[in-house]
Amino acid sequence: MEHLELFFKAIFIDNMVFATFLGMCSYLAVSKKVDTAVGLGAAVIFVLAVTVPLNWLLDQYLLKEGALVWLGAEYAAYDLSFLSFIMFIATIATMVQLVEIVVEKFSPALYNSLGIFLPLIAVNCAILGGSLFMQSREIPNLGLALNYGISSGIGWFLAIIAIAAIREKIRYSSVPPALRGLGITFILTGLMAIGFMSFGGMLTGEDEGNKKVAVEQAIQNDEVDKKVDEVVKEEEVIEEKENTTALIQ
Amino acid sequence: MAEAVAKEKVVKAPKEALFSKKNRKLITDPLTDNNPITIQVLGICSALAITAQLQASIVMAFSVLFVLGVGNVVISLMRNIIPSKIRIIVQLIVVATLVIIVDLVLKTFAYELSKTLSVFVGLIITNCIIMGRFEAFALANTPWKSFLDGIGNAAGYGIILIIVGFFRELLGSGTLLGVQVLGDPIEKTGLYAFGYENNGFMLLSPMALIVVGLIIWVQRSRNVALIEEH
Repeated sequence: MEHLELFFKAIFIDNMVFATFLGMCSYLAVSKKVDTAVGLGAAVIFVLAVTVPLNWLLDQYLLKEGALVWLGAEYAAYDLSFLSFIMFIATIATMVQLVEIVVEKFSPALYNSLGIFLPLIAVNCAILGGSLFMQSREIPNLGLALNYGISSGIGWFLAIIAIAAIREKIRYSSVPPALRGLGITFILTGLMAIGFMSFGGMLTGEDEGNKKVAVEQAIQNDEVDKKVDEVVKEEEVIEEKENTTALIQ
Repeated sequence: MAEAVAKEKVVKAPKEALFSKKNRKLITDPLTDNNPITIQVLGICSALAITAQLQASIVMAFSVLFVLGVGNVVISLMRNIIPSKIRIIVQLIVVATLVIIVDLVLKTFAYELSKTLSVFVGLIITNCIIMGRFEAFALANTPWKSFLDGIGNAAGYGIILIIVGFFRELLGSGTLLGVQVLGDPIEKTGLYAFGYENNGFMLLSPMALIVVGLIIWVQRSRNVALIEEH
C-alpha cells in the first residue's frame, strides 16, 4: 500500500515536470519528435532507478547526521550532509558514465537508441532533483527509494511523450508567428500542468495531507496563510523533535 | 528590458579598455537577443518553481550570478589542464562546491528563505545555463572574458526570473517583496475597495510557465528575427 501510494503520487501528483519543473531543459529541447522523446524518457527512468537507491544508501550510511555510527560509537556525532550535493552529483556522473559503458558493451541496439541521450542525462535536473527530493522527503527504506526513482522517472517519461505528441500535431495549426516553437510549448506545458493539478485530490491520506500543506505553504507563504503557517511549523518542529528523540532511543 | 541594457552601457562605458565594445557585447547580448531562458532555452529547470515571490527570485538570481561568475573564471583558469574526457565531472565538482558555499551562506543568514527555496538551491548545480556556459565559453576563452560572459548570462537569467516573480507576486498576492502595494485585501483599502481580488492562481506553478510563454511572445513580436519556424 505504501508502495502503491508513493508510486501514484510520484507519477501524477508530484510529477517532475508539471509540479516541480525538473528536467525542463531537455524536456523542451528533445520533445520535437515522439521517437527521440521515448528514447530520452526511457533513459531517464533507467538512470533514476539506478541513482536514487544508490544515493539513498550514501545518504543513510555516509552523509546523514549520525549515519557514520556503523564505524563505531565515536563517529555518531558527525554530520556530513553539507557534502550531499557534491556526493550526489559525483555518483550521478559516474553512474551515467558506467551505465553508458555497460549498455554499449552488452546491448548495442539499446545503446544506439539511448546512446546520444545518456551523457546529456548527467546534467538533467530531474536526476539530481530525484535524489534531492528523496533526501528532503526522508524516504524511509531502500525499496521505497527504488520505487520513488522508477515512478518519478515514469512521470517524466509520460510528460515528455505527451508534449512531443502535441508538438508533432501543432505543426499543422496556425500558431501566431511570435509564439511558434518555444513560446507555445511553454504555454502548452502550463496548460498541461493545470490539468495535472486535478490529480491533487487523488490521495487524501492523513500523512499525505500534512506533507502537502507544508510544501505548499513553504512556496506560497503569503500574508493570509502566515498564522496558519506558523502553527503548522510549530507542529512540525515538535514532530521533528519527537522523531529525533525516537531515533535516539 | 531595453532600459536595463541602456543602463548597463552607461555604467560600463567610461571605464578602462577592459570594457571594449566586444567585451561589452558579452554582457549585453544575453540580456536581450541571446537571453539564456527565452532564446537559448537553458536553465528553466530550477528557475520557475521559486518565482511565486519576488524576494525568492532575486535571491535565486544573485545565487546564480555568483556561481556562474566565479565558476566561469575557475573553469577558464583550468581550461588548459582539464582532460577533455573527464571535463563534465570536473565542471560538476566546481559547480557543486560553489553551490555548497551559496547554500551554507543562505542557511546561515536567511534560514527562512533557504527553506522556501528548498532543493532548488541544490539544483543550481544542474542548471543548464551553468554547464552550457562552461562548455560553450569558459573552456575556450580567457578568465576576464569568461567572467563577463558569466555575469551577462546570469543577469539575463535573473532579469526573466525577476520579471516573472514581479508579476506573479503582484497579481497573485498583491504584494511586492512582502509589502502590500495594492492595499489591504481584508480591510478593503486601496484597489480592493473597488472590488479587485487577488488572483490566487498566479501563485500556482503552471502560471510560471504561462508567464514565461507570454514574455517570449512579447519579445519575439518586438524582434521578428527571433521567430522560429516550428
